[in-house]
Amino acid sequence: MQMQKALVSIAIAASLGLGATAAQAATLDDVKAKGYIQCGVTGGVPGFSAPDANNNWSGLEVDFCRAVAAAIFDDAEAVRYTPLTSQERFAALSAGEIDILSRTTTWTMSRDTDLGIMFAGTMYYDGQGFMVRKADGIASALDLSGAAICIESGTTTELNAADYFETNGMDYQPVVFTDQDEVVKAFEDGRCDVYTTDSSALAAERSKFGNPDDYAILPEIISKEPLGPSVRQGDEQWFYINRWTYYALLEAEELGVTSANVDEMLGSDNPAIKRLLGVEGDFGTPIGLTADWAYRIIKHVGNYGESYAKHVGPETDIGLERGLNALWTDGGLQYSMPIR
Amino acid sequence: MSFSFVREQMVDPAPAPVNTAGPIAWARRNLFATPSDSLLTILAIVLLIWAIPPIYGFVMPNFLGGDAVPPGGTVEQCRVETAGACWAYISARMTFFIYGFYPAAEYWRPNLVFALGALLIVPLAIPRVPFKRTNAILFFVVYPVICFYLLNGGVLGMRPVPTEQWGGLLVTLIISLVGIICSIPIGILLALGRQSKLPIIKTLCIMFIELWRAVPLITVLFMASVMLPLFMPQGTTVDKLLRALVGVTLFSSAYLAEVVRGGLQALPRGQYEAASSLGLSYWKSMWFIILPQALKHVIPGIVNSFIALFKDTSLVSIVGIFDLLNTVQAASSDIDWSSPTQAITGYLFAGMVFWVFCFAMSRYSIWMERRLDTGHKG
Repeated sequence: MQMQKALVSIAIAASLGLGATAAQAATLDDVKAKGYIQCGVTGGVPGFSAPDANNNWSGLEVDFCRAVAAAIFDDAEAVRYTPLTSQERFAALSAGEIDILSRTTTWTMSRDTDLGIMFAGTMYYDGQGFMVRKADGIASALDLSGAAICIESGTTTELNAADYFETNGMDYQPVVFTDQDEVVKAFEDGRCDVYTTDSSALAAERSKFGNPDDYAILPEIISKEPLGPSVRQGDEQWFYINRWTYYALLEAEELGVTSANVDEMLGSDNPAIKRLLGVEGDFGTPIGLTADWAYRIIKHVGNYGESYAKHVGPETDIGLERGLNALWTDGGLQYSMPIR
Repeated sequence: MSFSFVREQMVDPAPAPVNTAGPIAWARRNLFATPSDSLLTILAIVLLIWAIPPIYGFVMPNFLGGDAVPPGGTVEQCRVETAGACWAYISARMTFFIYGFYPAAEYWRPNLVFALGALLIVPLAIPRVPFKRTNAILFFVVYPVICFYLLNGGVLGMRPVPTEQWGGLLVTLIISLVGIICSIPIGILLALGRQSKLPIIKTLCIMFIELWRAVPLITVLFMASVMLPLFMPQGTTVDKLLRALVGVTLFSSAYLAEVVRGGLQALPRGQYEAASSLGLSYWKSMWFIILPQALKHVIPGIVNSFIALFKDTSLVSIVGIFDLLNTVQAASSDIDWSSPTQAITGYLFAGMVFWVFCFAMSRYSIWMERRLDTGHKG
C-alpha cells in the first residue's frame, strides 16, 4: 500500500511538473463548453453512490455532483459519472479526467495539502464504530475487553481499533480477513463477537442480515472520517462553486427551503432566504454563475436534509440517524457560512 | 437310411454371465476393480451425497424441492434465514447486468447489436453456409463499425451515449470480441515477424512479444488507467474503455503470436521449400501453403487463448469499467435487494454466464478440429 501511494504521489508530482507549463484552464469554462460535469464516484457504496433500481447513479454524494450541475446548467442531469477505484481516484482528478471527486473520500491533512486537491466540504461525518449481537448484552465499547473482533486487514480500521484498545488499556483478539464480505460472513457465523468498520458501512451491512434487529451498533465512534467532495488545486473559481454549492445545500435546510416549497419561498420576507434564492443581491456572478444559482440547486436536487433523508436517513434501509450530520442548530456539525 | 440331422437354426447365444456384461459388470470393471478402486468409488459417492443435496437445495426453487427464491419473488422471501439463492434479485436487476448504465429508452441499440452479431456469427460458424468471404468481411470489418455508431450514437439523430454508460454483458462481449478480432491479425503478423530474416523486424517483434508477455494484464490495465493520464497534457483524455481495449488487444496478440509461432515451427522445412520452388512470393507462400497448415495445428491453442481472454476481461473491473462482473459486484450492494445470499447469487450468476460462453467456444473448437483433421495425426 505504502509503495503504491508513493508511486501515485511521484506520478502526480511528475504530471504537475509537466502540466505547469500548460496554462491552467478554467474548469468552469471547460465544463460549460462540454455541457456536463464529469463526476468521480465509487463502484457502488449504498446510500453514497450506487446504481439504483433504474440503473441510474444515486446517493448522497451523487446528489452533490447533481447540485453543482444544477447550479451551472439549471439541469441536475448534466452529469456523467466515472466509477473509480480507491487507487485511481486522485490520479483521475489530477489528470483532469474528472471535474469533481465525490467518492467517500476522507478529508485528511496530507490529502488536502500534498496531493494537489482541495476538499470543498463534508457531505458526511463518518467514523469507525462497533456492531455486536444484542444477545451479548454489551452496551458500550468500553465493555469489549477481551472480545474477538472481525476486521478487514490493511485498512485504517485495523489501526484505529488497535489505537482505541491500547488507549483504554483493554486487550482484544483480532480476527482478520482481506475482504469486506468475508468479514461480515465471519461475524454473522459467530466467529467473532464484534464487527468494526465505518459506522455508515455497519448500518448498510446490518440491513443485509437475516434478522437485522438481533444486532446493535454501539454508540462509541472511535475515529474521524469526514467524507467530502474535492477538486483540483489551482482553480479557485471552481473550488468556490463547489464549496458554496455545499453551503447552499446546508443553508437551504437551515432556512427551511425545500425542493417542494422553493417557488413559494421566492416571495418570502426573510432577507436570508431572499439572498439565498437571489431575489435580493447577486452572489452567483462573482463565482461565474447566475443570481439564481442556489434556487436552481434546491429546485432540482433539494436541500441537504432532503438528500440525507432520501439516501441514508432513518426512513431508508440504511437507516442512519442524523447524529453528527445534523445542522448545528440541532446539535450537529453541519454549519453553513453565511451567504451575504 | 441315413441319419442326418442338420440343424437349420443356430443355437441362440446364451446371455453372458451377469458378472461379465451389463451394468453390474460395468460397475465391477470400472468402479470396483481393485480394493483401492472400491475405496475411491465409495469415497466419491459419499462426497457426492454430502455435496449435491445442499447445492441442489440452494440453487433450485421451491417447486423443485429447493429453498431458492424464483424470479418474481420478493425481497422478503430472500431475507428469510433459510432462503437459498435469490434468483428474484437477478431477474429484477437483469437489465443492469446486461446493459449497465445504458439509458433504458435506448436498449434497442444494444439489442440490435446483439441480434446483428448473432445473425452474422452463426452462418460464419457453420461451414456449409455459402458466401463465407462476404460474411467474414461483414463480421470482421463492417459489423464493428456499425456497432460503434449504434452504441455511441451521435449520428442519424441517435442520442449520444458515452462509453461510461456502457456496461454489463455488453461491455464484456465488446472487450472480448474486439480483443479476439484484433489480436488474430496482429498475432499472426508478430509470429511471422519473429520468424523473419530481416533483423530489425525480427528484433522489434521479439521485443514487443517479450515485453507484453512479461507483464501481468492487471499491470497493463493499471498503467493504462492510472499512470497514462498523468503523463498526457491536461485536458486530453483518451476514453477509458478504449484504453482498456488497446491494453487487452496488445496483451492477447503477444500471446497469440507465440501460439502461432508454435504452429509455424511444427511445419516441416519441406513445406517452406516446396512453396519457394513453386516460385511463390513470401506472402503468397504464407497465405496459401504455410498459414493454413500452421493455424490448423494450433486451433486448440488459439481457442485456449480466446477463452483465457474472455475470462480475463473481468479484470477490467479493477479499473472501474462496468463489465459483467463489476455490475454484479456493484449490484450486490443494492440495499433494496439486500439479503444474506445476495452476493453469492450474483457471483453464481456471473459464473454461469462465463461458463456458457467459454464452454460453447471450447465445444466449437473441438468440432472444428475434427472437421479440419486431414489425417496427418499419428
